[in-house]
Parts: sequence; structure tokens; C-alpha cells
Amino acid sequence: MSQLSPRKRYEQQERRRSLLIATASLLSVCAALYYFVPKAPGWDAVKRSFFNWPILEKTFPTLLKAFLWDIAIFAWSLPLIMVLALAIALCRNVRKPALFPLRVFGALYTDIFRGVPIILLVYLIGFGVPGLGLSRPWNSPYLWGTVTLVLTYSAYVAEVLRSGIESVHKSQRAASESLGLSEADTMRYVILPQAIRRQVPAMMNFVIALQKDVALLSFIGPVELLRQANVYKSLMANFTPYVGAAIIFLCVTIPATRYADYLLAKQRSVRT
Amino acid sequence: MQNTVHKLVLEDLTCRFDDLTVCDGINLSVDAGEMICLIGASGSGKSTLLRCINLLEPIDSGHIWLDGEDISIPGLDPKPYRKRIGIVFQSFNLFPHMSVMQNICLAPKRVLGIAASETEAMAIELLAQFGLKDKAREYPDRLSGGQQQRVAIVRALAMQPEIMLLDEITSALDPELVGEVLAVVKALKDQNMTIVLATHEMAFAREVADRVCFLDGGKILETASPEEMFSNPRETRTREFLHRIL
Repeated sequence: MSQLSPRKRYEQQERRRSLLIATASLLSVCAALYYFVPKAPGWDAVKRSFFNWPILEKTFPTLLKAFLWDIAIFAWSLPLIMVLALAIALCRNVRKPALFPLRVFGALYTDIFRGVPIILLVYLIGFGVPGLGLSRPWNSPYLWGTVTLVLTYSAYVAEVLRSGIESVHKSQRAASESLGLSEADTMRYVILPQAIRRQVPAMMNFVIALQKDVALLSFIGPVELLRQANVYKSLMANFTPYVGAAIIFLCVTIPATRYADYLLAKQRSVRT
Repeated sequence: MQNTVHKLVLEDLTCRFDDLTVCDGINLSVDAGEMICLIGASGSGKSTLLRCINLLEPIDSGHIWLDGEDISIPGLDPKPYRKRIGIVFQSFNLFPHMSVMQNICLAPKRVLGIAASETEAMAIELLAQFGLKDKAREYPDRLSGGQQQRVAIVRALAMQPEIMLLDEITSALDPELVGEVLAVVKALKDQNMTIVLATHEMAFAREVADRVCFLDGGKILETASPEEMFSNPRETRTREFLHRIL
């Protein structure tokens, strides 16, 4: 027991002390909230319309089912985003003068789609394109909603990839070219794999944001989670379904955020 | 037309970075199987000269003749010549996301179009030759500096180059690791490889070089046999440099 060195003993004491203080501080804040919030004049009304257990119980299964749409839209958008983002990032990296238009296109693309609020694009594309009078499968809000998400997110992810490509040291390019590898092979085998690996944590943040932003499509029609909550809100004149929707989103985004943090921490600890 | 007796001829080679003339009218001819050591202070133009020969740095004027063919014509595709001239860098520059085997096999597969099984067999043989057989599956960050540099040499050799350019390949190594890398260079020389080596290892240069060139301010100030260079240098600058370093 007493083999602990004086330093270790001191550190252990300090750790216990910090833990004690942190716990006490957290508990007192919670107690204060618990005590004071219900004292607000509108508390009973808020409780009725936002934290209504019977309503939550009744609507939650359908909300969960609606969330499957969010997952589906997310799942088919993500690979499309990655592919388009890679293409745009490569466009911005071409050196050949004949391909200069591609560079301009890449730059314009990222400028435009990063410069406009997503919700605005959802409206413009989601209502605008089907407004052309397209027939059955081609006027689906699911289709044009997906297109909007892919266009917007690939602009952000393309920039992440591009900065990754530029962060690979030029000595790697020299080593590759000195072996006689072509520019395309150098990009494909030497630069890109390092760039992508380096940017995985940054891209994770966009993956998380995408999962939430799928809800924006509710404005143009798809009955996904937010839309479903909205329907229930109108039906029951109660906001509890919104709280239910928030809980469902958090159940996915919080673990994903922790995972992204973990990836970042791991990357920082790797020697370079 | 240059005579084709020499493997590599540098004629009045000049390379500038903006206002700075890094290589200033270099003339040098290298015979097949010869080993040339470039010595000189940091910034004297050794590394840039090697990068110019590998066509990594475009030259401003002069010529580089490889087997009597001018490879320095502006606009010429450098790839066919680069695969005939291997270069190894001071900082190894292995590809960190690839295993030793993948590092070695990438260029032979993609550039020479040799089948995977064949390149791997060749890689194993080269690795074994330089005492690295058990490292084939390792990644570069698990290797010591000396091992990484030996892998970098093997990677260049796998392209079966006619000339090897070695750019201060021991300068980034801990002193106790220098020997293993120099042993590899010695083995290369014994196999009759044509080598141009930029180095600060004077004892090694003296031991293995056929000729030693002293560079100063982007010029070759003096070329001599190692005995002459180290025991009886002609130029004052050479004497000063050797005096400082030995």
C-alpha cells in the first residue's frame, strides 16, 4: 500500500480532490436547475406541451420509423458525396493548361455551393426542378432533395480533400516522380491515400452534419423524422414530438461526435 | 554529338533559383561503373546538382548527356530518363502508407509493367541482399533510420537503374546507423554500379571514390583522385574546407 512514491501519492490525492470538487459542482448546478426551473410561471404549460409523456409514448414508434428515411437518405447520399467531392478536389488540382476549364469549374463550384445556405438550395432545387413539369419518378422530392445534399456537401468535402492533398509534403511527390511514376499515378498511389487518411477526422464532422441536415428535406416533402414530428405537432397541438425527434437525432449524433473526437485524438498521438 | 564513351556528361550545367545561381557552369563526365563523390559545404550546390541530373529541377542552360543523348532539352518528357537514373534522398522519403514491399514494388509495377509476382521476387532478393528480408511486411515508421534508408536504396534499385544518385543519404542518421548504409553503397560499387554520391563522410569518400569533386558556390572547384584531394588539395578553398571538416 505504502510503496507509492511521494509524487504518486500527491498526484492521487490531487486526482481525488478534483473529482470530488467536479462532482459537487455538477450536482449543485443540477439541483439548482431542478429547484428553480419549475418555479417559472409558465412551467406547467411548457411541461404539458413539450414534455408530455403520454404523447411521447404514443408518437415515438412512428417517429422512429420515420427516422429510417433519414438514415436511408443519409446512406445513399454519403457515397455520392465522397465520389463527387473527390472529383471536384482533383479538378482543382489539375495542372495541364488544356484542363484549365476544369480548375475554373472546381473553384466556381466550391464557391457557389459553400456560399449559399443549404435551406435555400433545398427550396430552389426541390421546388424549382420538379416545377419543370417532369413526370412521375423524376419529380420526386427524395430525388431532388438528395441531389441538393450531394451538391452542397461535396463542395465542403472537396475543400477538405484539397487541403489534405496540399498538406502532403512535396518530397513525397519528388520521391514518386524520381521513380518515373506519372503524375496520375503519383496522385493515385502516393498523394491521395495520405491526404484522405489525414482528413478522415475532418470529414467525420461533415458526416455528422449531413445526418442532421437530412431533416432540411422535410421542407420539400419527404415524410422523414422532422416532417413526421411536424404532422403530430399539428395533429395533437403539442410540441412533444419535436422533443422526441431531437432525442432520436442525439442518439445518433452524440456517439458519432465522440467517435470523431477519438479519431482526432488518435491522429494527434501518432508520430509523423 | 557527344562521344558515347562516357555514361553521363554534364556540360556547362547552370541552375538558378530566381536570382540565386545554385549550379554555375558544372562540367563533369562520369564513366560507367565509376563512383564520383561530391563534397563541399552545405549550400554549395551538391543536392541541386543531383536533382538536376534526375530532371527534378529544370536547368537554365547547359546540357545533360546520358549515353550520348541530350536529356536536358526543355519540354522533354523526363519519365523515361528518370527510370534509368535512381535517386535516394537525405530524408528517405519512403511512402508512409505503404509497407516496405509496396514501397519497392509500386514503380516497377506501374512504370515498367512487370508482373506483381516477379517484382515481389526481385524485392525479396534485394531485401535479403541488404539484410532486410524480415522487414518486407513492416511499415516505414516501424523501421530505424538506417533501415528506412536501406529500403529507399532498394526501392531505387528495383527500377534497375543505370546510375544511382545518392544525396547525403547518411546525413539524417544517428552516427551508429551510418555504417550499415555505407556498407550498402560499398556493395553497390562492388557490383559496378555507376554512382554519384554527395556526402559529408570524408573517410568513406576517400575509401571508395574513384574521383572526388569539391563544390563551392555552385562550381566544381577541383576534381581529383581521393588520395590527391585529401592529402594534397590544389585549391586554397578546398584546403580550408577540408581543414574545417577533418
